[in-house]
Amino acid sequence: MSIFINDELCTGCGSCTETCPFVGIEIIDNKAVITENCNFCGACLDACPVDAILIEKKEFEVEKIDLSEYRGVWVIAEHYKNIVHPVVFQLLGKGGDLAKELEVNLTLVILGANFDERLEEFSLHGPDEIIYIKSPILKNYYSDLYVQALIELINENKPEIILIGATPTGRDFAPRIAKRLNAGLTADCTGLEIDQTTRNLLQTRPTFGGTLMATIRTPNSRPQMATVRPGIFNSPERSKGKTRIRKIDFNFKEKDLVTKIVRVIERKKNSINLEDAEIIVSGGRGVGSKENFKIIEELAEVLGAELGGSRVTVELGWLDQDRQIGQTGKTVSPKLYIACGISGAIQHLAGMQNSEIIVAINKDRNAPIFNVAHYGIIGEIDEIVPLLIEALKKELNQD
Amino acid sequence: MKIFVCIKQVPGVSEVRIDPQTNSLVREGIPSVTNPFDKNAIELALTIKEEQNAEVIAISMGPPQAKEVLREALAMGVDRAFLLSDKAFAGADTLATSYTLALAIKRILKGSKDKTNYLVIVGAQAIDGDTGQVGPELAEELNIPQITYVQKFELKEKIILVERIFREEEIVIIETRVPALISVLKEINTPRNPPMSGIVKAYKKEIKVLNAEELKPDKRKIGRHGSMTEVWKIFVPERKGEQIILEGTNEEKVQELCRNLKNDKIL
Repeated sequence: MSIFINDELCTGCGSCTETCPFVGIEIIDNKAVITENCNFCGACLDACPVDAILIEKKEFEVEKIDLSEYRGVWVIAEHYKNIVHPVVFQLLGKGGDLAKELEVNLTLVILGANFDERLEEFSLHGPDEIIYIKSPILKNYYSDLYVQALIELINENKPEIILIGATPTGRDFAPRIAKRLNAGLTADCTGLEIDQTTRNLLQTRPTFGGTLMATIRTPNSRPQMATVRPGIFNSPERSKGKTRIRKIDFNFKEKDLVTKIVRVIERKKNSINLEDAEIIVSGGRGVGSKENFKIIEELAEVLGAELGGSRVTVELGWLDQDRQIGQTGKTVSPKLYIACGISGAIQHLAGMQNSEIIVAINKDRNAPIFNVAHYGIIGEIDEIVPLLIEALKKELNQD
Repeated sequence: MKIFVCIKQVPGVSEVRIDPQTNSLVREGIPSVTNPFDKNAIELALTIKEEQNAEVIAISMGPPQAKEVLREALAMGVDRAFLLSDKAFAGADTLATSYTLALAIKRILKGSKDKTNYLVIVGAQAIDGDTGQVGPELAEELNIPQITYVQKFELKEKIILVERIFREEEIVIIETRVPALISVLKEINTPRNPPMSGIVKAYKKEIKVLNAEELKPDKRKIGRHGSMTEVWKIFVPERKGEQIILEGTNEEKVQELCRNLKNDKIL
């Protein structure tokens, strides 16, 4: 692939530099120049008013593999204490749609120790086939064993798409497999579609902390691998269908293990469950003080909501760390999110902008939080919030 | 022992905004910074070095201006710094990036007596791309074990003992041996601020630039050619629904909000 600037056409207007997300194009001596940051995304092509930029997307000179040899959609399961992670069923839902479109089978691959009795139940979630790789050692997760077992299976069966949950576990073994297969892998996808003519998987994911979306494809290699963010796709309706079950005994030798689990320390899972909350009331620096935070708590109480906050409120000691929402805290998507005194730094937006309805209360009308809010109230927190509490009390008592 | 720390220069994401009028990215005046997780990686390397005999080497791949993050690493106390920079490396996805980083590590190891006595430390992910893939892919390319999402680390006579966090309910203590790759969470430590003396020293140290000619890569494995994924399009996410700024007195605004939430069947 190459990118060219036609110097005769280029007017040096700079439209391209403004749209480039990667600082991949600069104006030098009144002409556009491609820099080493260029990612060939093509954003500048659309921006150029005089069509002076040209990308030649010619086929790479890579070893051509026969893409048609690869068929089928796979979902790799993840489990903890014999409970399968919910994202696996969500992937079976989405994977089933993709498989239908491609007219291929959907396969669930599970590596474990005690799943013999459960396979019937998994078959209700729509896979055409379940491959169960069995060994007592696979009760726990080991990167090296997952990689070893899956590589062998993939090379033998050649699926065209492999979907894995974008959990810490999935994000641990998926890249290692991709590297060994020299396969393209896209992280943390939130959208998956098929391009019918090429059978390419179009993988959309947030980038730059969620300010931009990128659609990625893997035109020249198979399998196409993606880790997928939990909670994005729906689990399929359960239904009885024909599922072929294959069990494979995994021949494992102790010496194969390069990492060893020494001990597992169990912790109590926090009772605060922001991720599943239907309503979240959240405060930021604009709340003013720990004392003032009490009215935010009261608002949460009236609504039966969970309490959250921006990073700064945690740093100031107004709120516990496990209630922090944003890039370095929790990612939430409630039905209603009320942001009080939160300016809306991109890190915070990354953690809540998928909420169904966002209400922002802030005295600064230029606060970026208003850009994502559905309802905005410009005003002081200590004036608006008490009024809102009163109004809601009345409203909720009527019902 | 050699400790390699792979670091990345990223845009200070907190500064990135979308212009609501033009719907395009506002980049003006956005500073580039060291990826925050990578500072934790540098800090861990320096702590190990303070306790035992080790040489800490920072590596970054990027355009010439990525020297800035290596300069900062030197100021924190890193011994040597390498920048992998070449037009041929441009447009690399995680596969091509990990291949290039591995080449540099192998090249630097060439001169050492014990070529297996090393550790690679990376941040759990970069805040711009957010993939977290380069670490495990680099471990695979080097053919060494990996332990990701580490929040506590110990090293005694080539035995590595770490706490890995994959889920809230458990801490898993894992053991492996040098050589290995570790990806660290921000909980592992608090990165030091470079001391004044370090900043002065950093400007005297050389940042060695390695280009494609010096690394002698398989040309099919670097840059755009070595990348299996391609960015097909980049777009600004559509905002969901209309934005309504409620007007009137404070009482009216609150009443209006309740009415709207009722209409939306939220209340």
